[in-house]
Amino acid sequence: MAKKSSTTKAKVKYSKETYTFWYESMLLMRRFEEKAGQLYGQQKIRGFCHLYIGQEACASGAISALTKDDKWITAYRDHAHPLGLGTDPGAVMAELYGKATGASKGKGGSMHIFDKSVNFIGGHGIVGAQIPLGLGIGFAEKYKGTKNLCMCYMGDGAVRQGAFHEALNLAMLYKTPVIFVIENNGYAMGTAVRRSSNVEDLSTLGESYDMPSFAVDAMDVEAVHEAVAEAAERARKGDGPTLLEFRTYRYKGHSMSDPQKYRTREEVEEYKQRDPIEQVKKTIEDNNILTAEEIEEINKKVKKQVEDAVKFAEESPWPDGKAAFEDVYVQEDYPFIME
Amino acid sequence: MSVIQFRDAIRDAMSEEMRRDKNVFLMGEEVAEYNGAYKASQGMLDEFGPERVYDTPISELGFSGLGVGAAINGLRPIIEYMTFNFSLVAIDQIINSAAKMYAMSAGQYNVPIVFRGPTGNAGQLGAQHSSNFENWFANTPGLKVVVPSNPYDAKGLLKASIRDDDPVIFMESELMYGDKMEVPDSEYLLPIGVAEIKKKGKDVTLISFGKMMKVALEAAEEAAKDDIDVEVIDLRTVRPIDYATVIESVKKTNRCVIVEEANPLAAISSDLAFNIQRHAFDYLDAPVLRVNSMDIPLSYAPTYIEATLPNVKRTMEAIKKVTYKS
Ligand SMILES: Cc1ncc(C[n+]2csc(CCOP(=O)(O)OP(=O)(O)O)c2C)c(N)n1
Ligand SMILES: [Mg+2]
Repeated sequence: MAKKSSTTKAKVKYSKETYTFWYESMLLMRRFEEKAGQLYGQQKIRGFCHLYIGQEACASGAISALTKDDKWITAYRDHAHPLGLGTDPGAVMAELYGKATGASKGKGGSMHIFDKSVNFIGGHGIVGAQIPLGLGIGFAEKYKGTKNLCMCYMGDGAVRQGAFHEALNLAMLYKTPVIFVIENNGYAMGTAVRRSSNVEDLSTLGESYDMPSFAVDAMDVEAVHEAVAEAAERARKGDGPTLLEFRTYRYKGHSMSDPQKYRTREEVEEYKQRDPIEQVKKTIEDNNILTAEEIEEINKKVKKQVEDAVKFAEESPWPDGKAAFEDVYVQEDYPFIME
Repeated sequence: MSVIQFRDAIRDAMSEEMRRDKNVFLMGEEVAEYNGAYKASQGMLDEFGPERVYDTPISELGFSGLGVGAAINGLRPIIEYMTFNFSLVAIDQIINSAAKMYAMSAGQYNVPIVFRGPTGNAGQLGAQHSSNFENWFANTPGLKVVVPSNPYDAKGLLKASIRDDDPVIFMESELMYGDKMEVPDSEYLLPIGVAEIKKKGKDVTLISFGKMMKVALEAAEEAAKDDIDVEVIDLRTVRPIDYATVIESVKKTNRCVIVEEANPLAAISSDLAFNIQRHAFDYLDAPVLRVNSMDIPLSYAPTYIEATLPNVKRTMEAIKKVTYKS
């Protein structure tokens, strides 16, 4: 699955803004997650917590290819997508803490970040359940006659749920504007793809539904951007869904409690050689897209953003326990059973 | 007023709401070209076209999730299950997605959806086509569960369910679709969560809902022959439950019998009995009794069915017991 490290890009294909966005957004995701990992160790963050380190290009390259009216949904590995979309890092960090100021007021936690202001629709904890939801979100766009689409992420493990196959068939049947993305990081917890699937080339799974399907080197943010832009064009033309297999890798364990006995150090190192942030940084440097000072500015800005996010989360109040009764029903006077 | 069948009440409620709000659409197996497995969507494809009435493949999980996603994103789907027995392959989307989305997102995304179809037995269909799920869904915060017993209620409650901003489980019965009743020609809605006293009485409170209301009403007539004056309550909604109406009635009659088609453990009847002892303990002159399906799957032969389901005879026995007339 691992492809050869790409060498210096032949030519600069995108604008300075785009390269800057990729570098800055991926760096923010990386530093944020590193910090979250530390804070988890200090028990500031509890519960299940899944980091995105190594996979940043999967989110960043897609965000640059879409518009702000498109919709986003993913599984529980969900801190990075909203960060890239523009959610305040403080709101995400406060949610990890469970504070009242969190993106979901402390009701969601790490696995259930939601931010309507950037069209980020969660944050879902049941493997594969978000796939038909993403289908429905895209369905609503078409029903309403917009040109928007839904970007629907899942893991390599999720494609072994029936929900995936039902959703692919329905999406083709109704020509729904959805981009289904398999973030194939090689493992579902400790289970390698080859141990859960007779077919290792997951991009072929769309074939039995005649869905346009492609494998993408997702350690390369440009490749991600290109594939998503193409799929988006199809969706906006009314040609329906696309399946993209993003070949990626997570450097950290599945969640914060993973001894990682199922893989070798060498394998992890091999992927780090193709790090998506280092790759884009090299392109930027080799082609003088940003000066060394400008890069340093971004590094400092991101560092400060993460520090501010932690400070915000630390200083924010816990939610009032009674607020647990809010947001259960839209009906304001719902008669809860109180004993 | 016009006399219509239960299936027409369902169809009329859906059609009226679809005329009123273009964000309402119907989706399910055989709902469009076939006009509904039980003809509850007769003529709707003709009126609204394939952009509003969708036939699906046999993919309950997929199209239930589609409905929830569409509801999150501004539409008001009506998702039909051929029966709720088949909702089990989709129950994750109902419980984990529809019911919890509003809370998990802290009020950012609500799910105005109706999941509807028949619940419970419909005669000799064997174990897998005969389960009751009213209490299953009623157990889940975030949902509302409506179980009408007649065409008038079905129409008014379904219209209210479609307009509701929370996810609603709306349960019918294959055995009721042909029931006829006079309903107003002009528009009406009925509130979710309000029980109805179908018959006033002073000796025993008899509570039921859904198609078991027929058993309850017939038993009340039987009891009258024995000079037992039964007050009959139709819950109409089992989440939320209109406890106030129940408690007030039991405080008056001092006796209560509950008729429910579901199996007995952790049933709606269990919950009612708890609440009655909790809030009307000093008023009770007899233990609360209930008539549920027996604690077994429903088997095929008519004799098994007779031995399993609630019926008028068992209900009469319970009524006589609580009035100490047996
Ligand atoms: C239906 C369901 N089964 C099992 C789990 C437990 N679980 C959580 S994550 C996970 C692995 C999923 O792996 P993958 O889809 O590859 O996503 P990744 O974690 O690699 O991003 C499992 C088995 C779950 N959350 N939901
Ligand atoms: Mg994986």
